[in-house]
Amino acid sequence: MTEHIVKAYDAELDLIGAKIAEMGGIAEKMLSDAMDALASLDVALAQKVLGSDPRLDGLQREIEDQAVRTIARRQPMAVDLRELVASIHIAGDLERVGDLAKNIAKRAIKVADDARVPRAIVGLKHMAEVAALQLKNVLDAYAERDAERAKQVWSRDAELDALEDAVFRDLLTFMMEDPRNISFCAHLLFCGKNLERVGDHATNIAENVHFMVSGAPLPVNRPKG
Amino acid sequence: MTTMTIAADAFQPPAASAPVKIEVRNLDFFYGAFRALKNINLSLEQNRVTAFIGPSGCGKSTLLRILNRMYDLYPGQRAEGEVLLDGANILDPGVDVNLLRARVGMVFQKPTPFPMTIYDNIAFGIKLYEKLSKSEIDGRVEAALKGAALWNEVKDKLNASGLSLSGGQQQRLCIARTVAIRPDVILFDEPCSALDPISTAKVEELIDELKAQYTIAIVTHNMQQAARVSDNTAFMYLGDLVEFGETSQMFTTPTQKATQDYITGRFG
Repeated sequence: MTEHIVKAYDAELDLIGAKIAEMGGIAEKMLSDAMDALASLDVALAQKVLGSDPRLDGLQREIEDQAVRTIARRQPMAVDLRELVASIHIAGDLERVGDLAKNIAKRAIKVADDARVPRAIVGLKHMAEVAALQLKNVLDAYAERDAERAKQVWSRDAELDALEDAVFRDLLTFMMEDPRNISFCAHLLFCGKNLERVGDHATNIAENVHFMVSGAPLPVNRPKG
Repeated sequence: MTTMTIAADAFQPPAASAPVKIEVRNLDFFYGAFRALKNINLSLEQNRVTAFIGPSGCGKSTLLRILNRMYDLYPGQRAEGEVLLDGANILDPGVDVNLLRARVGMVFQKPTPFPMTIYDNIAFGIKLYEKLSKSEIDGRVEAALKGAALWNEVKDKLNASGLSLSGGQQQRLCIARTVAIRPDVILFDEPCSALDPISTAKVEELIDELKAQYTIAIVTHNMQQAARVSDNTAFMYLGDLVEFGETSQMFTTPTQKATQDYITGRFG
């Protein structure tokens, strides 16, 4: 993209882009640490995830403030306007991803004393890998302004939904096998739901990246598995 | 704190298309040997506002001045092609330009009140075209001033000089003068560039109201103004019409790179 005549305008947009990238990095790390904490019942690691959240929240507020200031100051048009509006939405989605990772970490702390069926976590780890990949791909699509890559993320969400169904059935089985598993597996059910929602946020971000880059919204209905 | 009410249809897109009031076909324009407009084709829809944007020298004011043949006033300037007003070519040598300018009125960048009273500024134009009684003219002056949202500010001093008004009031006086002779089309050539923000808002509000009765074309350097007041926007560059379409689309998702570069402030 050609530079603006007013260089400070580019600097403002670049700063917002850098903060989105920082948020993306923090959210990815929180998610992977939360899953590691859950898999290895590592309370210290889970606590670290909880400690990362304020920085993510702060960045979201900074991005919103900066975007609103730039809109007021520059009255952006076309691609610049789309970029600023998208950055507000994307920051919101990444902040939610952080919250979901934080929730997984909290559950890791709760089940640490009462872990029962280690193999129940296998399906969740698979979900987490897919969710993390979706998140990585959509953040790359944002960084590279790649509408096609964003669209691929958007159409791949069905896989995560299908995995969640499988995890749900597995966990029900464990609970029926032995009622003492119920508390542990109920926490894992919520973790599965959280991971599925991370995928939804990746999809939202994909929609925003696609519109930001191409100016064309993706269809209302996305492919379902 | 005043409350702001937004009309329910404020953000509704306009209907797909309106009847065409002015159709420009294969239009070229020459200042002597210099070709200032190159094969322009576009339509001005009735009761819509069409904005012309583009960098200085792109031809947008030239195009506006063709629509009421202002260029006839200058030697060595000529237009080729067709400009159809309600289907009749106004470039035809047989056209009476005085009658044309009564149908296609113009408001300029700088307010240009005549050095006479507020009342006479408006009555003068009416008397040029029509023979009316004093009371009929009074009625037309009042209607024009109301139409230009100036009546309440000047009704008690109609015999004061037009030049005694503020810049924004003078511009609305010029708009009143234009609507007094009941044109079909009003051309605005950067009508707000010499006005403060409050006066600008009043003129923009007026344009919103006027379009119910008139077809409007506006040349503006203020992109946000074009985005606010117009239904359709034409982007011109170096005498070419680069992009022409609905305003709502032009300012969010322009199709041409040159348009995007211009409206986002990236012009090299």
